[in-house]
Amino acid sequence: MAQMTMIQAINDAMRQELKRDEKVLIFGEDVGKNGGVFRATENLQAEFGEDRVFDTPLAESGIGGLAIGLALEGFRPVPEIQFFGFVYEVMDSIAGQMARYRFRTGGSYKMPITFRSPFGGGVHTPEMHADSLEGLMAQTPGLRVVIPSTPYDAKGLLISAIRSDDPVIFLEHMKLYRSFRQEVPEGDYTVEIGKADIKREGKDISIISYGAMVHESLKAAEELEKEGYSAEVVDLRTVSPLDVDTIVASVEKTNRAIVVQEAQRVAGVAANVVAEINERAILSLEAPVLRVTAPDTVYPFSQAESVWIPNYKDIIETAKKVLTF
Amino acid sequence: MASKTNNIVVDLAKQLDVVDKEFQTLQILNEEGEIVNQDAVPDLTDEQLQELMRRMVYTRILDQRSISLNRQGRLGFYAPTAGQEASQIASHFALEKEDFILPGYRDVPQIIWHGLPLHQAFLWSRGHFQGIQIPEDLHILPPQIIIGAQYVQTAGVSLGIKKNGKKSVAITYTGDGGTSQGDFYEGINFAGAYQVPAIFIVQNNQFAISTPREKQTAARTLAQKAVAAGIPGIQVDGMDPLAVYAAVKEARERAINGEGPTLIETLTYRYGPHTMSGDDPTRYRTKELDSEWEKKDPLVRFRKYLENKGIWNEEMEEKVIEQAKEDIKEAIKKADAAPKQKVTDLISIMNVELPSNLKEQYEIYKEKESK
Repeated sequence: MAQMTMIQAINDAMRQELKRDEKVLIFGEDVGKNGGVFRATENLQAEFGEDRVFDTPLAESGIGGLAIGLALEGFRPVPEIQFFGFVYEVMDSIAGQMARYRFRTGGSYKMPITFRSPFGGGVHTPEMHADSLEGLMAQTPGLRVVIPSTPYDAKGLLISAIRSDDPVIFLEHMKLYRSFRQEVPEGDYTVEIGKADIKREGKDISIISYGAMVHESLKAAEELEKEGYSAEVVDLRTVSPLDVDTIVASVEKTNRAIVVQEAQRVAGVAANVVAEINERAILSLEAPVLRVTAPDTVYPFSQAESVWIPNYKDIIETAKKVLTF
Repeated sequence: MASKTNNIVVDLAKQLDVVDKEFQTLQILNEEGEIVNQDAVPDLTDEQLQELMRRMVYTRILDQRSISLNRQGRLGFYAPTAGQEASQIASHFALEKEDFILPGYRDVPQIIWHGLPLHQAFLWSRGHFQGIQIPEDLHILPPQIIIGAQYVQTAGVSLGIKKNGKKSVAITYTGDGGTSQGDFYEGINFAGAYQVPAIFIVQNNQFAISTPREKQTAARTLAQKAVAAGIPGIQVDGMDPLAVYAAVKEARERAINGEGPTLIETLTYRYGPHTMSGDDPTRYRTKELDSEWEKKDPLVRFRKYLENKGIWNEEMEEKVIEQAKEDIKEAIKKADAAPKQKVTDLISIMNVELPSNLKEQYEIYKEKESK
């Protein structure tokens, strides 16, 4: 076992899969010699050669088309979109094309593609880099959308994503890349896509979250503990499809829930979680399920990130409303 | 104060002239069915020439029947093909079975000749999921609807072909309007950067729905757009089956030999509307223009050429027409027999492994459907 940051765990997952399956290809802008702007693909080209790990021209739609075409020729592409804010340039390839090819061919072709991309706020990027656009992906039929919150989960989930015969959008929160280390097993292991994880057990309220907000939720849970409230933190890990069984089981235990997302409020993942709880566990609820989200503005200028992105204080405040309802 | 005359550093206008001059139209067979470029005549046997004619005649009949079937409500979406037979059928005639075709929405004939059964093409038109269930060993995609998307995917398929060490090519089709899309440029640029075995066809039929070719771009030819991607481009008479065949044949050989991709612009014309879904070409085209292009008809000139060679006659043509009509009748019958689609069918073709939400929905619909 080694102590790894999330970026190291992600790099290790790709190394394992490049080694295991010669059909795995990694490509994107600056992923070769440079190892990616965050070094996610560091040393992979040197180790596996330019045929397997290669730079692309600077064009996201082209990268998407390349991935689809390579999948049709039997490869297992792992393209990188340098920052998820650039995803609009490749929306047709992802949502219009890749997500539909199996369906459009009546089940003939498969698209074993994993799009990796850094996303999420709090690291003072220039504008149009950090947006939380997972809702756009989650609303697209045919895609699985995975967002790890720890190095261990990141490695196991990325290996599962690469091995999946269906397309996966794998979103890596930039703030988590190097924020902490964790024991990560060597070699390969998988974490199942579509399964949430209880990151902290509790009995009074369920705080359901994903990505960087899991850590804010854990912090909030610690504070609430001091005030005598026992909060359970559910890490979704996959935002599409939702693990409704784990969500419902937690809510049935605690009878209260809030859902926390870094993304803006409208039509997001949190809204979907609330809807699922209402449809499946309304009689277990002692209070309405509330959301903690960013406001519905455009993603903010970097100096305003600290007031815009939800934090553990917002979570505590909302949790208390539900706890004292 | 006297104004200073600017020195001419580079003669910018001349740059365009230089490029323009390099893009002359390749023609082998003129409108009268005469060979005008003996050196470029492709090496085709009499049997091959007859087969090419047979396919073009067959496709013209398929187009006529499809239009009337659409009017009777027996076909759904249909984009007419008459006028474009040389561009479509002769380009396909230069391919091999192992080549991968990424068609545009009007390019159904090429995938039929590549091996898609006719009744499936009809089912696709009607909107049935069995329409483009790809038969084993047939390398095609469904007709692309998003203009230009097939170009970037062609870069990917051909890179895969190269990485797999296969001796085949990926070929794609778009129209004149398609060359204005970002994906057009990204596709040919990626293909050039990776030197992949790809053939990019632009069927310049003069109108993108109603927008005339000259409003798409200031470029004198669409073929010269290849220059910026560092790949060869050629403009051919797209009503001349021999010229189209020769250009694609050469592009294919280059591709197979590792010499990279080629862009081919075919000058052609669709006689009919954009699609059968309400387009009225009299709003944007004149009768004069229509008849000008009808004089260039690929079937007329090829028929003359073959008749002069003594290898084609009315009787042979009648036989092809009868065969086409018979096949179409049979295919419609077969399409009529396709099962009614169920929501559970649609759910089961979404993913290799269904996600939990679809698994749940599958059960719900299964229950509904059993009632």
